[in-house]
Amino acid sequence: MQVSITVNGKRYERNIDPRMLLVHFLREELGLTGTNIGCDTSQCGACTVHLNGKGVKSCTCLAVQVDGMDITTIEGLAQNGALHPMQEAFWELHGLQCGYCTPGMIMASTAYLATNPSPSEEEIRGSLEGNFCRCTGYQNIVAAIKSAAEKMQQEPVGV
Amino acid sequence: MRPGKFAYHRAETIDAALELLTNNEDAKVLAGGHSLIPALNLRLAQPEMLIDIGRLENLRGIQANGSLMIGALTTHAQIETSAAVQQYCRALSAAVSKVGDPMVRNRGTIGGNIAHADPASDPPTVLLACDSIIHLQGPDGTRTVPVQDFFLDLFTTDVQPNELVTGIEVPNMSDHKTAYAKLTHPASHYAVVGVCVAVKMDGDTCDHAHVAIGGALPKAMRSPGAEAALAGTTLDDAALNAAAEALMDEIRAEVMGDVYAPEAYRTAMAGVYLKRAIRQALAS
Amino acid sequence: MSTRIFGSGIKRREDPRLITGGAKYTDDMALPGMLHMAMLRSPYAHAHIKHIDTATAQGMEGVVAVYTATDLSLGAVPCAWLVPNSDLKTPAHPPLAADKVRYVGDAVAIVIAEDRYLAQDAADTIHVEYEVLGAVVNPEEATQEGAPQLFDDVPNNIAFRWIASSGDEGVEKAFAEADVVVKDRIVQQRLLPTAMEPRAALAQWNSGTGEMTIWCTSQNPHIHRFILSGMLGLAEHKVRVIAPEVGGGFGSKIPVYADEALAAWASMKLNRPVKWAETRSENYLVTIHGRDHIEHVEMAATSDGTITAIRGTVYAGMGAYLSTAGPGIPTILHGLMYCGPYTIPHARCESIGVFTTTTPTDAYRGAGRPEAVFLMERLIDQVARKLNMDPVELRRKNLIPPFEDGYTIPLGLTYDSGNYEVALDKALAMIGYADFRKEQAEARKQGRYLGIGVTTYCEICGLGPSQVAGATGFQGGLWESTIIRVTPTGKVHAMIGASPHGQGEETTFAQLISDEIGIPVEDIEILHGDTGNTPMGWGTYGSRTTPVAGAALVLATRKIKEKARAMAAHLLEAAVEDIDYEDGKFFVKGSPDKFKTIQEATLMATLAWNMPEGMDPGMEASQFYDPPNFVYPFGTHIAIVEIEADTGIVHLKRYVAVDDCGPQINPVIVAGQIHGGIVQGVGQALFEGVVYDEHGQLLTGSMMDYAVPRAEAFPEFELDHTVTPSPHHPVGLKGVGETGTIASTPTVYNAVIDALQPFGIKTMEMPLTAARVWEAMQRRNGSANGSTNGVHEGS
Repeated sequence: MQVSITVNGKRYERNIDPRMLLVHFLREELGLTGTNIGCDTSQCGACTVHLNGKGVKSCTCLAVQVDGMDITTIEGLAQNGALHPMQEAFWELHGLQCGYCTPGMIMASTAYLATNPSPSEEEIRGSLEGNFCRCTGYQNIVAAIKSAAEKMQQEPVGV
Repeated sequence: MRPGKFAYHRAETIDAALELLTNNEDAKVLAGGHSLIPALNLRLAQPEMLIDIGRLENLRGIQANGSLMIGALTTHAQIETSAAVQQYCRALSAAVSKVGDPMVRNRGTIGGNIAHADPASDPPTVLLACDSIIHLQGPDGTRTVPVQDFFLDLFTTDVQPNELVTGIEVPNMSDHKTAYAKLTHPASHYAVVGVCVAVKMDGDTCDHAHVAIGGALPKAMRSPGAEAALAGTTLDDAALNAAAEALMDEIRAEVMGDVYAPEAYRTAMAGVYLKRAIRQALAS
Repeated sequence: MSTRIFGSGIKRREDPRLITGGAKYTDDMALPGMLHMAMLRSPYAHAHIKHIDTATAQGMEGVVAVYTATDLSLGAVPCAWLVPNSDLKTPAHPPLAADKVRYVGDAVAIVIAEDRYLAQDAADTIHVEYEVLGAVVNPEEATQEGAPQLFDDVPNNIAFRWIASSGDEGVEKAFAEADVVVKDRIVQQRLLPTAMEPRAALAQWNSGTGEMTIWCTSQNPHIHRFILSGMLGLAEHKVRVIAPEVGGGFGSKIPVYADEALAAWASMKLNRPVKWAETRSENYLVTIHGRDHIEHVEMAATSDGTITAIRGTVYAGMGAYLSTAGPGIPTILHGLMYCGPYTIPHARCESIGVFTTTTPTDAYRGAGRPEAVFLMERLIDQVARKLNMDPVELRRKNLIPPFEDGYTIPLGLTYDSGNYEVALDKALAMIGYADFRKEQAEARKQGRYLGIGVTTYCEICGLGPSQVAGATGFQGGLWESTIIRVTPTGKVHAMIGASPHGQGEETTFAQLISDEIGIPVEDIEILHGDTGNTPMGWGTYGSRTTPVAGAALVLATRKIKEKARAMAAHLLEAAVEDIDYEDGKFFVKGSPDKFKTIQEATLMATLAWNMPEGMDPGMEASQFYDPPNFVYPFGTHIAIVEIEADTGIVHLKRYVAVDDCGPQINPVIVAGQIHGGIVQGVGQALFEGVVYDEHGQLLTGSMMDYAVPRAEAFPEFELDHTVTPSPHHPVGLKGVGETGTIASTPTVYNAVIDALQPFGIKTMEMPLTAARVWEAMQRRNGSANGSTNGVHEGS
């Protein structure tokens, strides 16, 4: 089936098998392998991307469902070579170790801040209910999101 | 993570979707996909055809006009953030905010949720407590089903093979105090027990109460015993305890246990979360 | 003088690629002509294979080949820890089951197809006729008469029986003479390691050169090459194993599995690249599980609280086959640590390894040591309760006094250094122990149940002296090596054999080098993970990379430094003895203005226009390092929990950790290791546990059923540390990768039991789910219906 999907600002036309998951479309059709796969039951959030600006799990979405829509992946988050404040904060505060959950964490948390720009620590922890990390114990992830939120309050950026 | 093969049709109109459904016995309806796609990924479901109704925009959105009309394709996130829902039925806002996680709520739809009829899902319990009405459409036209008659069993509803859920009608509950209290499964985040209450107060006295329980049973159920125990009381501890006992007695024989929560625990938690729900409702 | 780079919490150098999606994990790789492999796995725990019909699959769209055991020419999957003096049985573990399957997930056939969807489609059509046999999932039951037998030549399913003892007579006597003896039956439930990246392999055979390249999710690519070359029948120098970015391991990526060997074999057979990538469901089914002990343990003490002996019998589930390091975990890494940080004079551990019709077990973060610390800390609390002593004072009374250079315990190990009481006191002060006891008493009056748990631990890591490896049957060495190469312009490539996968050594090792020779970290690249461009090493596990590979790195850097010093002396026309060094500069003593930088010395050594007599050109050093001993980090962890009286839900309110891993190269990275370790250990205490049904079906086969800890379950951890250098490491470093996991399980467990004291609860099975805790409280309240669900009342 023919689809046209805009990813990170660029439009891609592809003829795909309808059963292809969005995450496989990104990774295998487009070579955007920054989006990872960590489970098969919609739990872990490693595959989180933005669909029309909202966080979604790309393993729980067929590519054909998003025909004509806009996707942003971790590869598209930095603008003009400048890291997004969330990326900066994860780096600054050691919010990652093996890095596998990180793209999903960053995409989920940037989407979350769009709905709640100034969350408490408890709210941040709650917002991560769909993103698992096995390395960091979450402590520095939470700190990074809090720090990014504060920076973004001072200097808003588009996501 | 590798769905089996299927034919895919994107329906542009409800009629087109219904025609496809009628002509294809093994077709499944795809809305947000958050019940269906995980099953496809694990190949637990292998339908021959998917009918994608995700672009039927007239099935999306919330209208508040005497009652709430929530289109089947409305996402949990849309319901969660709707001021109208908050005003008409606070418990529904609360319940959808506990479905899955933020990403799941951005894609998952209320129609898909109830059509799937997962017994551990949150919204059905609220819909049941609030006497909601499910709107369906088939080749012969539309019909409505009271939610009490909609959920038949585990993953089984009254939706006929050639029908679509088009919307959910929730009465205006703003004259009730409503709440949804949930014991969350630590792995799935589904409900181990979810209790919804809607109480109508007359001064300090409870005129009547609606109580529904989900999570613990093959399908969400109302609790006539608990409702009777609460009506006419001041919702003091004695009344709450009596309601909890009544609820537990009603469900004890049917409660489903699992590795995390054996039957006896779930039964007891039904009582605990009933009390919590009432206290939350009164505090709201 | 500049701020010292050693000890500075600089930002990680691996992160830019990881936060932008630029990192390449194994499944991110694609090669022209690449095929995909899917596995057909047994749905039964134990069955004879009567017939396999692959005809339909063979003819399907996109299918290139279907293979079963009869097609293979591939060696068995070996076990590499052949623990001696244990009557170890090593029945063959065929890559594909031929006549019998022994656990749900045992591979029966592979399909190679043009894409992964088509491969799965075809695998689904393979029909296997099974004759189902009885399953046994409990390692203690598997040893009993009448239990299903997995292997004809392994009576009672006993894989090995191993004993560590300080002297049986002394142990017996201590128990006979004890004032108090406490006994417990501990179930160390099975755990799923759950590295966020599932396993994967991509194999490329080059028939022209006869070279095999395998990218795979490995913690130890050199061990993978060592074993895979044997399985494939290829010369080792023709096999290159690359662990690219690896998304966590926690032990689960140490073993060599059939899967990567099958992909490589298929690539040779088909002369095309073949990729296999596990799904999470497959990961839970076939990637190794951790723990799985049933332990009968007891502790003896005198009435004044002196612990006089500890002993235990462990039934350790090995699963259906012996995984790479499986037998070493419940023996060497467990039984020898029975004394912990205490002056216990008598100890004995008998470990019985048992085959069951379940997924093989192997090292999972901590590997044997969490189990040892757990039983110790649990028994100590029980002794304290019996003697009506404060559990902290009981610990304090039995702690080994401070030592700086060696303390030999009755089981034969010599701990390197320790100062246990200081860490204990620091943690007690942080948590406010005395105040808490008052708060707890007050809360109990109000029907609120608060509890505190304290663990004082030490652990063995930095594996280890190769002589000990050999003596304990490990089929490899445990040294590390490095090559440090300084380019003409003074940039560094440091190649290590170990293979970090999240631990941050690209940063900390650059700090180590920079600290020694003053080259800025930005100019230092740590290369690892590729057998093609790194020297041999045994891998990253057992908290060994920093203590062992880090030592090699420091010593190699010092060789560079000495060569640079000699070169600088030559250029400065001074004697080498007269050259001082500071901050990357070599200068004549007393004349710091007259200097040559390390970069200048390197350039001149590389140009070699004017070399000192007898010196070879270039600036490069290599170093092997075989540690003289293990390292023994230690510390105290304390947790406070509150239990919801009506639901049994355990809330972790506070968590204090004081750890001592010697000097810290990068305290931010050290803290990160501890944070993650704590959550994993608390996961075992409160949430995680594998459940099989009686047919050997895995009931916790997905993240829907197996509770991976989420952010919402934790408070902000409060960390501090003490610094006790290891006497035998060049810069005193110890490992810290596992301490959090080792300490946190008993800490939280003991806190919950403490909270439940009003209910008289003595012991419960983990995980301490809300249901179990609630049931325990009900039983004491006398209103439950007699279900046991892992709860045992106190006496």
